[in-house]
Amino acid sequence: MTADRIRGLMMGFYVLLFFAWLFGPLIIMSASAFNTATPPTVTPWQGFTFDWFGKLFANRDIREGVGTSLLIGLGVVLVAVPIGLAAAVLMTKLRARARSVYYAIVVSPVLMPGVIIGVSTKVFWDRLGTAVGASYKSFFYDGIFLSVVGQSCFISAYCMLIFLARLQRFDRAQEEAALDLGASHVQVFFKVLLPFLRPAVLSAAVLAFLTSFENYNTTVFTILPEKTLTTVLASKVRLGTDPSISALAFLIIAITVVGAVAYEIRARSEARRLGTA
Amino acid sequence: MSEARLKLPNFGGLGASIGTVFTVLTGFWILMMILLPVSYMVDFSFRFDLPPGKIGGPEDVHTLDNYRYLLFGPPGSPERLSIFGWEFQANVLHLVVFFRTILAAIFVTGLNFLICYPVTYFMAQKARGGTARLLAVCLILPFWVNEILRAFAFRILLGGGGVVNEALIGMGLISEPIDFIRADVALYMGLTYAYILLMVFPLYNALESLDRNQIEAARDLGSPSWRIHWRVVMPHAKAGIASGCTMVFMLAVGALAVPQILGGPSNLWFTQVIYDRFNTSLNWPLGAAYAFVLLVTCVVFVLLVMRLFRVDLGEIAK
Repeated sequence: MTADRIRGLMMGFYVLLFFAWLFGPLIIMSASAFNTATPPTVTPWQGFTFDWFGKLFANRDIREGVGTSLLIGLGVVLVAVPIGLAAAVLMTKLRARARSVYYAIVVSPVLMPGVIIGVSTKVFWDRLGTAVGASYKSFFYDGIFLSVVGQSCFISAYCMLIFLARLQRFDRAQEEAALDLGASHVQVFFKVLLPFLRPAVLSAAVLAFLTSFENYNTTVFTILPEKTLTTVLASKVRLGTDPSISALAFLIIAITVVGAVAYEIRARSEARRLGTA
Repeated sequence: MSEARLKLPNFGGLGASIGTVFTVLTGFWILMMILLPVSYMVDFSFRFDLPPGKIGGPEDVHTLDNYRYLLFGPPGSPERLSIFGWEFQANVLHLVVFFRTILAAIFVTGLNFLICYPVTYFMAQKARGGTARLLAVCLILPFWVNEILRAFAFRILLGGGGVVNEALIGMGLISEPIDFIRADVALYMGLTYAYILLMVFPLYNALESLDRNQIEAARDLGSPSWRIHWRVVMPHAKAGIASGCTMVFMLAVGALAVPQILGGPSNLWFTQVIYDRFNTSLNWPLGAAYAFVLLVTCVVFVLLVMRLFRVDLGEIAK
């Protein structure tokens, strides 16, 4: 019994240590946003300030980057969610043999390093543009278009996996019933299948947007002369550190924590409601 | 099959219009975003670096030059590598970077597994419903923070005047700050930290489904706990371990931001060499060749894991 107890305590201590390691760096980074010292640190503490936030908002590159990232994120949602949905539904219609080949192809972008997706997208559209003699102002050479296409390559696969998980619980009989009652295929899709997939559409859209917003490895190749938040950040952090980046990190962490707490509260009240019902 | 059916394909009950739209969408994805770009990249890697005017001209032919460059460097380069007394011309810098990247990524994957396994086991088997949920939320939180910012946090922590150095000096353990970045400690820590979630999730899913009675039974039969893990828990979690290790290895070997931010000035990551071909020392075909080498490495790794753990692709890419 005592040996078990000691083992339990050690386990608890390890888990505690693990979470300290997980959160420590983020807490220290957030704190350094309020310290006047530069380069950012918490030791020594030179004085409390909000100046770095002002400096952050005044930074034009970062503001521009956020704008471009939002635009690309929106584009990716509009491209990747329909593709993921279509690919998932088609997969359920394939025969077992064809399905395994198909699955290997569409899941490969998930396992492919982002750098390779970036390189191949860049090379492909550049050569295609050259082949058709497109001008340098056309979309073949547009950083935002290339980034949307490049990111959608693997984000569509994420979306597809979400839809596949949901489709596994779909009862085909509903479809057949609607068809027997005289609904057209288009009606069945919009009135039966799509409503069933609605929660998956939502989570796929959120995941697609967030993944796009924080992507760097692919975007850094496809973005050409434009800037996204991540490429601006990476070049800033590489050149030299500056507490206004800590300020940005603090904001992102704060939004995340608020979002997570809100989500958790909602999930708990939902669980309680279902429990009493 | 009737005549009308042949004219208007039914797409397995989807109907002609929806079926056509879906096929076009999926076809565009597979062709224009997956297969053709990668094929073009591979083709491009076997070509000379030509100015735009000469592309498609008589000089635009296939060559092995780019791959030769990775192995041997430029023709007539004085650099030599000797293995077991056999000396030959070699592109020492790039070859060392390539093998170091792979070994380092394997090291990071192993370290990640060692760190995550006990925590995940605790979450899946010991923690009660509410606690497990809370721990899961705590785990996910840091991963909504951008990878670049997470690497930046480690720079603050481990930089020359960083918190760790100040603390060690304050405790009197060291007198001079340690250069964690030059020693690559920051890089390995940052990479391990960056991909924890991708190890924890598959592991958790696998461990959660393990019946606690099996562990109890093994214990009652007198098995020490390391053997319970080795013979009962780990075999059960095999697919989860394979999936977690594959994802972490792939992300580590293909990482770009973390090495750029936390890597020592003299130690490059292979992806940084590729990045340079496209952004600084412009030579796209050479960069494409290096990217293809990286891709082949990854495919070989996935196949090895599938063979070694006897799992299929669907179990890895969940």
